[in-house]
Amino acid sequence: NTGRMARDMTDKEILKMELDQLKKEVSTPRTPVGANCQETISFVEGLAADDPLIKGVPDDKNPYKGDKGGCIIT
Amino acid sequence: MCDQTFMAITFGPCDNCSTTSPLMNIYIKNEPTNYCSFCVEMMACQGLLKGETLASLKNESESLKKKLEEERAKLHDVELHQVAEKIEVVSALSIKTRRVLKGHGNKVLCMDWCKDKRRLVSSSQDGKVIVWDGFTLNKEHAVPMPCTWVMACAYAPSGCAIACGGLDNKCSVYPLSLDKNENLAAKKKSVAMHTNYLSGCTFTNSDMQILTSSGDGTCALWDVESGQLLQSFHGHTADVLSLDLAPSETGNTFVSGGCDKKANVWDMRSGQNVQSFETHESDINCVKYYPSGDAFASASDDATCRLYDLRADREVAVYQKDSIIFGVSSLDFSLSGRLLFGGYNDYTINIWDVLKGNRVSMLFGHENRVSTVKVSPDGTSVCSASWDNTLRIWA
Repeated sequence: NTGRMARDMTDKEILKMELDQLKKEVSTPRTPVGANCQETISFVEGLAADDPLIKGVPDDKNPYKGDKGGCIIT
Repeated sequence: MCDQTFMAITFGPCDNCSTTSPLMNIYIKNEPTNYCSFCVEMMACQGLLKGETLASLKNESESLKKKLEEERAKLHDVELHQVAEKIEVVSALSIKTRRVLKGHGNKVLCMDWCKDKRRLVSSSQDGKVIVWDGFTLNKEHAVPMPCTWVMACAYAPSGCAIACGGLDNKCSVYPLSLDKNENLAAKKKSVAMHTNYLSGCTFTNSDMQILTSSGDGTCALWDVESGQLLQSFHGHTADVLSLDLAPSETGNTFVSGGCDKKANVWDMRSGQNVQSFETHESDINCVKYYPSGDAFASASDDATCRLYDLRADREVAVYQKDSIIFGVSSLDFSLSGRLLFGGYNDYTINIWDVLKGNRVSMLFGHENRVSTVKVSPDGTSVCSASWDNTLRIWA
């Protein structure tokens, strides 16, 4: 990979670059989907109770509820 | 589906990789050996110098792609939405427009939140970059850019600077002054130089480095102070439209997506493309890391959003509906990662249940395409930017 941009490379050079990349990726370490999805679900369930867009925020704590932004003149 | 058939006289452990499979009897340096068909292919790929033609390279590429799919398929034991069947559905959401930010004279192309959770920066086709206070609707700064179509903008982690760029092929940094009368344009610092439009930019963990993506097909990491190119990332074969940094706890990687329909994950230090995904059927307009850092999602002109798990190295969910036919320009996740907000070219924002895969709600209000959707840093609100010249804050 000489670090050139795709549009400056010939079709053959682009194919070679893609081929080299594929060779690397075939040996990428991977783990089963089921186990990873289970972890993702646990991650979400741990945080969902505090997700403001899901559980909502009480009006008195929500900076967007109430007055649509005004100035306080003193 | 076989790409070659051969008489398999022998069945047993391969001399190279030890997998038990039908073996091909071959000679390596005149020594008879037994390799499985996978190892024969891998070996054939090694000395690709003499007699390489476009066709032979294409064939090798196709067969490796098939191999990659097979390897990935072996671990595809179940779908995400199946594992998620037991969990409760999301309760009804009460998300509405809370603010409409008017002030741009043309399409708003990009926005970014400040870490203080109330300020945001937006950029427009009219060449202006505006810094807003989201609570009061105050316009704190307005910077005129020398070009139209400012397609990317970002807030610095300190809150003391913004970066932006577009058709000028550059990414420039403007320090934000507390003095409202100060001419911000005069303090401009050109940091990144690409050979085509700037499509995305983000500061890394500090104000000192910027990561950019460009229509020239590359991404690059720059030192803000000196403007020096620290690392460049080559591998996309068409315009790169979006990039996103991994959450800081999970290490030095970022993901990019573009017009070659590929999403690539990069190691920032080495410049290497470590993982690559090509399942979309059209341009990828936006990529975003999942809050856990173990996955990312992409939004495409093919009207779908897709979730990719980095550990399983494959797509694990597709968020689509027959009735949704317009491209998705942008997406972001809620704080817990349960919700996915997608901004569509049909002027709506669709909210998806990331785990179960169904749409839970829609947000109406914009009068033209939604160009950017971003959840605030504390997860309390979502901001959307649109071609209708406005931004909306929803909460």
